[in-house]
Amino acid sequence: MALLSNTATLLGKELRTEFRSRELLTTTVVFILVVLILFSFAISPTTEESREFGPGLLWLAILFAASLMLQPCFLREQSNDTLSSLRLAVSDPFAIFLAKLIANTLFLLLTEVLMLPLFAVFYNIPILPKLPLLLLVLFLGSVGISVAGTALSAISAQARMRELLLPLLLLPLLTPVLVVSATVCVALLDREPVVHWQGIGFLAAFDLIFLTVLWLFGEYLLEE
Amino acid sequence: MAKRVVFAAISFLLVAVAGYAAFYVAPTERTMGLIQRIFYFHVSSAWAGMDVLIACFVANLLYVWKRDSKYDALGVACAEVGLVFMTVVLITGPIWGHPVWGIWWTWDARLTSTFVLWLLYVSYLLLRTLVEEPERRALLSSLFGIFAFVDVPLVWFSIRWWRTQHPAPVFMGGPNSGLADPTMKKVFYFCVLVMHVFALFLVLERYALEKMKHEIDILKRELEVA
Repeated sequence: MALLSNTATLLGKELRTEFRSRELLTTTVVFILVVLILFSFAISPTTEESREFGPGLLWLAILFAASLMLQPCFLREQSNDTLSSLRLAVSDPFAIFLAKLIANTLFLLLTEVLMLPLFAVFYNIPILPKLPLLLLVLFLGSVGISVAGTALSAISAQARMRELLLPLLLLPLLTPVLVVSATVCVALLDREPVVHWQGIGFLAAFDLIFLTVLWLFGEYLLEE
Repeated sequence: MAKRVVFAAISFLLVAVAGYAAFYVAPTERTMGLIQRIFYFHVSSAWAGMDVLIACFVANLLYVWKRDSKYDALGVACAEVGLVFMTVVLITGPIWGHPVWGIWWTWDARLTSTFVLWLLYVSYLLLRTLVEEPERRALLSSLFGIFAFVDVPLVWFSIRWWRTQHPAPVFMGGPNSGLADPTMKKVFYFCVLVMHVFALFLVLERYALEKMKHEIDILKRELEVA
């Protein structure tokens, strides 16, 4: 119970910090937008090609954006020297991770929901018929990105060249999320949509597995 | 010292014998011809490399648990040697694939997951170069090693969604799998054994080197304090 109330308090703190400035959200939205437009310049797809490659490009943009957005997650604590007080404040250090990863998931989801209509317009893909399932895939994928990303940003915050290191550590690790969510989204956005429940289950399994690893080893990541 | 020299001599001799066996003892395969002989190195390196990386994962777990610098030394030794073996796999694979499949590379489950595995351990070694303090470096890289290792089966399963081009597993791949020719089988298992001995030799050497480095670090810091 202490874990839940600690997490709720910390989550409130994360959200307050972000919504005071909205720095992360605005930069991430603009970043995804720029990447999507550049992709379409690079390959100038036809409608059919858009359906085939669009979702992959969208996920790639999300992944790149996430690897930038997750940087300040622990860096902010470090530059303000607040990590040790955070650790003293909570009974279980997992609460720190839980709060941060929930906050990161929310930020990611918010940017994705903002980007989705623009993606549909630019790539000429109707998204409305399968919207609930699409949102489910986006949610599961974002949880996966946030779980692994929060853990690795705790690692990279303690190293040199951290800005470059996080994408290097994170992107190969997220290959399964990219592969599966892109495949599932392509099938969902097809002219005759197919629902790959197996893929959705896989994403949920990925989230659970990494959440368990984080729960087991998270406290060591925060050692002073 | 003498022991190390003898072990080095034995492992190099074994590699030479394995090379001879693969080229002159094993019969030529009927459909693929000569190029199939690369299989004796390709598969045995893959097995040895994978086992070394499993050892790396165990060393990482042991470090997080026991906090003994020897496990960190073992971890980095295994990661580097495993990476070398995986590089051999990634180079010999396309050499075989080009004449047999007609292409150098394909994004199938095994190739891709081997490549991602390779990338993950490159990141592991990179991370080590970017953390100064030895204990922090050991802890952080061990934790990343654990995350990376857990990821590998997930990569493999995720890519099985795509059509797979790699030949169906020769071993443990169904009732008709396995090498048919008894000489081929003997040579193959001999090569697997040799690669494991060679990997063990490299790991032990690298481990000794890393421990020496650690001692020098400690001595240097004592000098600075004094």
